Amino acid sequence: MSEIADKVKKIVVEHLGVEESKVTPEASFIDDLGADSLDTVELVMAFEEAFSVEIPEDAAEKIATVKDAIDYIEKQKAA
Amino acid sequence: MIQSAGVASERRRVVVTGMGIVSPLGLGLEHNWSRLVAGENGFGRISSFDPSDLPAHVAGEVPAGPTGTGGLTLSDWVPVKDQKKMDRFIHLGLVAATEAVEDSGWKPETEEERCRTGVMIGSGIGGLQTIYDASITVHEGRARRLSPFFIPSALINLVSGHVSIKYGFKGPNHSVVTACATGVHAIGDASRLIMLGDADVMVAGGAEAAVCPLGIAGFSSARALSTAFNDTPEKASRPWDRDRDGFVMGEGAGIVVLEEYEHAKARGAKIYGEVVGYGMSGDAYHITAPAEGHEGAYRAMQAAVRSAGIDVTDIGYVNAHGTSTMADDLELEAVERLFGDAAGAVAMSSTKSAIGHLLGAAGAVEAIFSILAIRDNVAPPTLNLDNPSRESAIDRVAHEAQRRKIDVALSNSFGFGGTNASIILRRV
Repeated sequence: MSEIADKVKKIVVEHLGVEESKVTPEASFIDDLGADSLDTVELVMAFEEAFSVEIPEDAAEKIATVKDAIDYIEKQKAA
Repeated sequence: MIQSAGVASERRRVVVTGMGIVSPLGLGLEHNWSRLVAGENGFGRISSFDPSDLPAHVAGEVPAGPTGTGGLTLSDWVPVKDQKKMDRFIHLGLVAATEAVEDSGWKPETEEERCRTGVMIGSGIGGLQTIYDASITVHEGRARRLSPFFIPSALINLVSGHVSIKYGFKGPNHSVVTACATGVHAIGDASRLIMLGDADVMVAGGAEAAVCPLGIAGFSSARALSTAFNDTPEKASRPWDRDRDGFVMGEGAGIVVLEEYEHAKARGAKIYGEVVGYGMSGDAYHITAPAEGHEGAYRAMQAAVRSAGIDVTDIGYVNAHGTSTMADDLELEAVERLFGDAAGAVAMSSTKSAIGHLLGAAGAVEAIFSILAIRDNVAPPTLNLDNPSRESAIDRVAHEAQRRKIDVALSNSFGFGGTNASIILRRV
């Protein structure tokens, strides 16, 4: 697992109070990890802060799973 | 209470079937009451932040500690992941509401029952520390980083919201904001909703957590807090004493479950007492100082007595607003005027001498103490009343609790803005 993936996972565990084993790449924040719409807003903010990236609202709306978040951040970091 | 005497027999009666307290004396109804009656207090040097730069260093903070010992372990009451979505006043409100609802044994099972159960929990100030923290985030140019939970964490009516969500109570969901009169207004107004038929059960009360730099600094600037007893915290709250120099802030919550009498009887609920009288008034005088002779307080008490349909001589105990400020003697004057020649027969104490001023939660916690005074025929003491600044025929229960016959009790709460509320409770 990449460093980014590790960090994303940690942030999700911390913010949603879920067990680490549940935070799989395919896990959906809302459907699998018990987040509501405000939780996802806060999660995206936490990603922005932790990785020093900007995630515009239209991009944030497409981040539904753990993998979506990792892919988006990796792409931003590579650019 | 809300109908003319001619149809009084049709009035829906409201009783108290559950109670919960979290205060500087700790968690739990009986824990609070036994410590209060024993003459203990919940004061100390402020520990949640360093108060050295402020004039007042003393407050009543809810003690941390293992659940079941009277201490607060928040994670046992509010899931860790939800804690950051709520200011501390909501945490404390949820703790007391949980105790009250469980104490009442009321578990609506049908949709109709859920829709007939409402919530009315207020706060004087709400999420002050949360607003402070958020202001700093914005000030630092990080407005886009503001938590989406900032607003719902700070809003006063969110205690009512969280309690309704936790228990599925779908009836009236309301809140009260009348500064230090909030707790009494919440219980009084919620009782009227039941009397009027809007609900059969209401969870009502107040919650407050303003022992934070902004809260202490703000009341200090208003010259409202005690500063002369920073080195002897247990002596700082001294209602009616000549050396009093301001109130001591406390934090906590008091919540009751109110229920229509027949509804409570039908399910075999334990009944603590009845809400029989409620009176309100406005001073129309000054934003922080009470009117001369506390005439607004007098009118609130008079209205409560009238709505209860009792004689003042029925009242055995008064839980005073008694904040340990100059206004104490004005309240005393108003109570003496209310009782007239009967003043010598009534006991009045200020339990703020033990827990401090819980602002929006004060009236609710003190109404609960008043009900327990009736239950046990005990008037809790006024601590530190060493030298009354004014003599009175009214027994102010100095230093030690008293055994007295108490079937009816009156509790007063007055708030900035010149708002006054009195509630009368009776043994059933």
